Amino acid sequence: MKQTIVPLGPQHPVLPEPLSFDLVLEDEKVVDAIPSIGFVHRGLELLAPKRDFEEYVYVAERICGICSFMHGMGYCQAVEEVINLQLPRRANQLRTMLCELSRIHSHLLWLGLAADAFGFENLFMHSWRLREKVLDLFEEMTGGRVIFSIAKVGGLRKDISTETIRRASKVLRDMLPEIKEICDVFLNDASVKHRLCGVAVMSAENAHKLGAVGPMLRGSGVAKDLRVSGYASYGELQWEIITEKDGDCYARCAVRVREIYQSIDMIRQLAEKLEDGPVDTKVLAAPKGETFMRLEQPRGEVVYYVRGNGTRFLERFRVRTPTFANVPAVVTLLKGHELADIPTILLTIDPCISCMER
Amino acid sequence: MALFSMLGTAVKSLLRKPATRLYPFEKRQPFERSRGNLVNHVESCIFCGVCQLKCPSKAITVVRAEKTWTFDRLRCIVCGRCVEVCPKKCLEMKNDHAAPIGPVKADSVIVQKGPAPEAQTPPAQQ
Repeated sequence: MKQTIVPLGPQHPVLPEPLSFDLVLEDEKVVDAIPSIGFVHRGLELLAPKRDFEEYVYVAERICGICSFMHGMGYCQAVEEVINLQLPRRANQLRTMLCELSRIHSHLLWLGLAADAFGFENLFMHSWRLREKVLDLFEEMTGGRVIFSIAKVGGLRKDISTETIRRASKVLRDMLPEIKEICDVFLNDASVKHRLCGVAVMSAENAHKLGAVGPMLRGSGVAKDLRVSGYASYGELQWEIITEKDGDCYARCAVRVREIYQSIDMIRQLAEKLEDGPVDTKVLAAPKGETFMRLEQPRGEVVYYVRGNGTRFLERFRVRTPTFANVPAVVTLLKGHELADIPTILLTIDPCISCMER
Repeated sequence: MALFSMLGTAVKSLLRKPATRLYPFEKRQPFERSRGNLVNHVESCIFCGVCQLKCPSKAITVVRAEKTWTFDRLRCIVCGRCVEVCPKKCLEMKNDHAAPIGPVKADSVIVQKGPAPEAQTPPAQQ
């Protein structure tokens, strides 16, 4: 059959950021997809040796706007491990809490974008309306809505009062009925199911083989979540990895919806356990040595590599972001689907291009 | 499978007040911790240059000899590091945002000069 090539991106209504695919079509069916990346590369890794390691936190945070806090915190954790710095318990608890709040805001953002991708504008607006309340909590606690600049090597820059944390936890619990109202539409509505159920099915074996991470992997039934390793304060929380069996777009959506509820519960637990005390320790040494640090971001597993030579400037800093790990999986998934389903499939990996290209 | 499951929410939001503000007429009060814009109270500045050294985006330039403190708003990433390290605490992070910058790029640069050194009185001639 005659083949046509349809370019999707770098600027496309469904893509929040520039990513380009050349889709090879036979009739309306995609037979091949050729990705090209590098439209928003900023060279942030190369900036690491040129900035003091304590100031680089603010650059690391700007790798991505949505998982900003976790990038800053991941970098700090990596450097702390090289210096062999023990953090006070409260600092870890507050970091964990901000991580989970970020997860809620990221998943609500994704739900909105997904609704937009399959053409449900009303649902999109309501998801983002709820996200706004989480952003307000962030601004009140840290001073920034998107970029918090609160993490630093050795803890946190500012303390967040226990009272504020408890109130934030209560705000989230009060939001639960509203979140449930919106999420139920994602999970039960006939038109949403029509677009998501049975689309782009990935088996557990394939997901593992292609190196998928995060909800992409858990949606296929593989129970892998880095939070199990118990970094920061995850070790003291009661929770279970959320998985879905089907491996289709609907399963990935369901994983994210259920993770929102789980994060709210984690924040409740943390607010109850919050310990009084300092939130930072003094950094006396410069990093010498190397380490790998792995964290679970809303989009999946992220890997940081830090190598220091005992000076104030790092020798090498490297990030492997979840979107980068998910690209092989999504390229495989796109093949064999109708052109009209491509936006939905692309969106289910929760693409974060500025993360991926750094 | 539910049909029209969004209908209830849609009708409710029709009857509710809008979720957004009528911006220019109704403004939200900034939070106490919000990082809005950087201000230097130049009268107590000693032009030591620590803020220039610590700024991750190199937005501040200090010339000690001329007693000038130059700040490029478009380079600033509002992290607040300079406020933290300032030994005289003359830098302040305001919680409201500064007015937008006009079409001229140079308008983003703020130059502040310290008080002129006291004129040395020539020794009285006898």
